[in-house]
Amino acid sequence: MADETSTPSAPSTSRPEGSGPSSSGPGGRPPGGRPGGPGGGGRKFFRRKKVCKFCVEKIDAIHYRDVRLLQQFVAERGKIVPRRLTGVCTTHQRGLARAIKQARNIALLPFAARY
Amino acid sequence: MQRTYEIMFIVRPDILDEDLDKLIAGLEGNITQGGGSIKSMEKLGRRKLAYMVKKFNDGNYVLLTINADGSLVGEIERRLRVSEPVIKFISVRMDEEEKRVAKIKAIRATRKKLSAQPAATAPAPVEPAAAPAAATEAASA
Repeated sequence: MADETSTPSAPSTSRPEGSGPSSSGPGGRPPGGRPGGPGGGGRKFFRRKKVCKFCVEKIDAIHYRDVRLLQQFVAERGKIVPRRLTGVCTTHQRGLARAIKQARNIALLPFAARY
Repeated sequence: MQRTYEIMFIVRPDILDEDLDKLIAGLEGNITQGGGSIKSMEKLGRRKLAYMVKKFNDGNYVLLTINADGSLVGEIERRLRVSEPVIKFISVRMDEEEKRVAKIKAIRATRKKLSAQPAATAPAPVEPAAAPAAATEAASA
């Protein structure tokens, strides 16, 4: 009995050790992946908290007509920039995506930019 | 059921100004005859297209905001599709969005009032607090 309880406890104690390096793995990854991504923080572990532009500036309606605004959320090749890079909240990202798609339809934004 | 729609269309760039005006006037006539009403008409002018449409690289943008039935919008879309100088169009229903924005604004207005009220009530308790203190001082004296 004592051996049985001790054997599960042994892996459980070793597990945090195993998770230790793995947690440092993702921790070490962002600095490597960030520099390529737009809007990333500065050096190593410092990362600025991203906030939703629409919530902060209190932009209620995301209209397909204001190309200037939409263009900030479109990548060079015309792709919609994901939320994880821009920090836009879910609700506004949905409206934003709709507006961008409408703008594409009326030739205000490109479907795919020319290379 | 009247709803608010926005109809934006692009007219080919080589059209003459008079012809453009005639085209818009014709559309407006169609809308009013069909039981709708025009809220605003705006010529956004010549703009570069984001991609080539019918071998044109730029076009004249026109924006119409109307109150109309769904069936009337369908009819206008059909006319736009048929009319030769119009190279692209989009119609978007706006009333739901407007309602949503109005709701948000109303909520925001009430929040502002709530934040304004404590500020108004906050100075008020100071005076009664000072008055009893003066009263107790007078009583003790």
